Amino acid sequence: MNTKQTDRRRFLKSGAALAGLAVGASTGAGPLAAEPVPERIDELHLYGERSHFVDSVRIGSINNPERHLENEPSAFGLKTPLQDSVGMLTPASLHFIVSHGFDPPDIDPEQHRLLIHGMVDHPLIFTVDELKRLPSVSRFHFIECHGNSSTAGPGGVTRLALNATAQDTHGFTSCSQWTGVPLSLLLKEAGVQKGATWILAEGADPNKHSKSIPLAKAMDDALVAYGQNGEPVRPEQGFPLRLVVPGWQGINNVKWLRRIDLVDEPYMAMMESTKYPTLKLDGKSRWFELELGPKSVITRPSGGHHLSVNGFYEITGLAWSGGGAIRRVEVSTDGGRTWKEAKLQDPVARKAHTRFSISWNWNGEEAVLQSRCTDDQGVVQPSLAELAKLRGADLEYFRTLTANVGDFNAIQPWKVNRDGSIQNALF
Amino acid sequence: MRFSRLLAAAIVLLAASASLAQTPTYSNVGRTPTKEEIQAWDISIGPDGKGLPPGQGTSKQGEAIYTAKCATCHGAAGEGGKIGPRLIGGKADLESLTTIRPARTIGGYWPYATTIWDYIHRAMPRNQGGTLKADEVYALTAFILAKSGIIQENDVMDAQSLPKVQMLNRNGFVPQKFSDIPDEKKRGCHEGVCP
Repeated sequence: MNTKQTDRRRFLKSGAALAGLAVGASTGAGPLAAEPVPERIDELHLYGERSHFVDSVRIGSINNPERHLENEPSAFGLKTPLQDSVGMLTPASLHFIVSHGFDPPDIDPEQHRLLIHGMVDHPLIFTVDELKRLPSVSRFHFIECHGNSSTAGPGGVTRLALNATAQDTHGFTSCSQWTGVPLSLLLKEAGVQKGATWILAEGADPNKHSKSIPLAKAMDDALVAYGQNGEPVRPEQGFPLRLVVPGWQGINNVKWLRRIDLVDEPYMAMMESTKYPTLKLDGKSRWFELELGPKSVITRPSGGHHLSVNGFYEITGLAWSGGGAIRRVEVSTDGGRTWKEAKLQDPVARKAHTRFSISWNWNGEEAVLQSRCTDDQGVVQPSLAELAKLRGADLEYFRTLTANVGDFNAIQPWKVNRDGSIQNALF
Repeated sequence: MRFSRLLAAAIVLLAASASLAQTPTYSNVGRTPTKEEIQAWDISIGPDGKGLPPGQGTSKQGEAIYTAKCATCHGAAGEGGKIGPRLIGGKADLESLTTIRPARTIGGYWPYATTIWDYIHRAMPRNQGGTLKADEVYALTAFILAKSGIIQENDVMDAQSLPKVQMLNRNGFVPQKFSDIPDEKKRGCHEGVCP
């Protein structure tokens, strides 16, 4: 492991500790005195910034957190610091980024257009302002990369790393309130012709990412979003327009959306036909897996956190499912022998992160913390052993495979050691 | 007689304009794009070759273009570099798919040759997508396919021959039938998990 990068990591951790993550650290209360006022206060009144004491950031691949900051953009993306998260919404500035090695384009929204054509009665072209004149909806939805929790890269395989944080293991999921026009409204305006069965959505980025999506999903709940968490969609998230395809693999949520072509077959675009199919043991690949299964992770306390004293801690985390709303989350503190039902915090929205919490008293002994969720279709998040069985594999396969395992939604255990340190205990 | 013919014509016109007027629910939002606008943006190539433009190229022609425009990122012989992935590979990579070190190269993994054309045309060279001419894209596609042992050095790639290229892993994907893809039942999915 590169020492400089390790130092950087340690710095990030200690920064997090300053922000109040190392629960139980105590310093005596000093005499009350006037707090200093930040410089640039006029500027901050125009567009706010978080406190400079808070420095939780997106990072890249495990063991190499700086790679994105110093090097060419890489295919491996930047992850959301879930271990620092509160509530169910991800700040847009911390939403994960996977752009397959291409930089976000700098798009003037006045010049941007959305074209709908192909098998439609009336091809249409919209400006962003015109889209904002149409009836809008605002909905909470998570977006998750299908490689989340199983990434393999130059730094190693995340699922095996003992020092992995929740950011490393689960940081390719984020949740926003998306505002925009239902795609079904636009498609009805254009008049979809008989025989059209798929849409091909395309972005205006340097590699013009394109993705085939079944027409039924496009008509069901897809959204052409111009808003994210109360402001315009961020540049690295698709400004000015992003297609949001709720509950489906992140790759479907086309950023910088420019074109929708109505077609009669999947177009076998590069990502969908070559990068995103999941390899099976027999060498065949499942393609277009589309919907993401139920998944959860304890975010606090979690890998990299440190319990400094025994006593009371709230265990809290996030649960989500591409199948619908989260109905229940159970938490185990004894390695899965017993489970207790956690409390779900409002809002509990369909295909959105749901925050759960449960009380816990740490007695200073070793403990293994894990969560398991059930969605409103009754589907239960599998354990690693159950997931292996479902895929016709064994644990050794997941341990030794050097590639991503797509749609990896196994239960995530965190081991609390006697010294209060916490580590990844998936294997 | 004349009158009734006019009337009939008027009725046809009225009906036509009525159907046009009926369709947009939202008045004066968006407009009809010109044919040229659609043509300029419609760059997608279907797996059956739909959308492929006229033009042609061979591996030999592709080699010179490759050296000039691609080798910096993808390596002198397509072996891959720091930025660009490996482009050349065939049977050995196909056989690697059942191991714990699968290599998903174009020749060993990609199911459709049309995808190579589509992606080079839209995205390559990096940050200069759309600058290559159709002939150059055919030639580069031929270069990758020939060096990967899928076509012969002298095979000419064009809108007719490219979709007919049989990729090594063409039958390596499930479900095979496109119409089965969005159908969870036909995929044999159970509780959200598709085998």
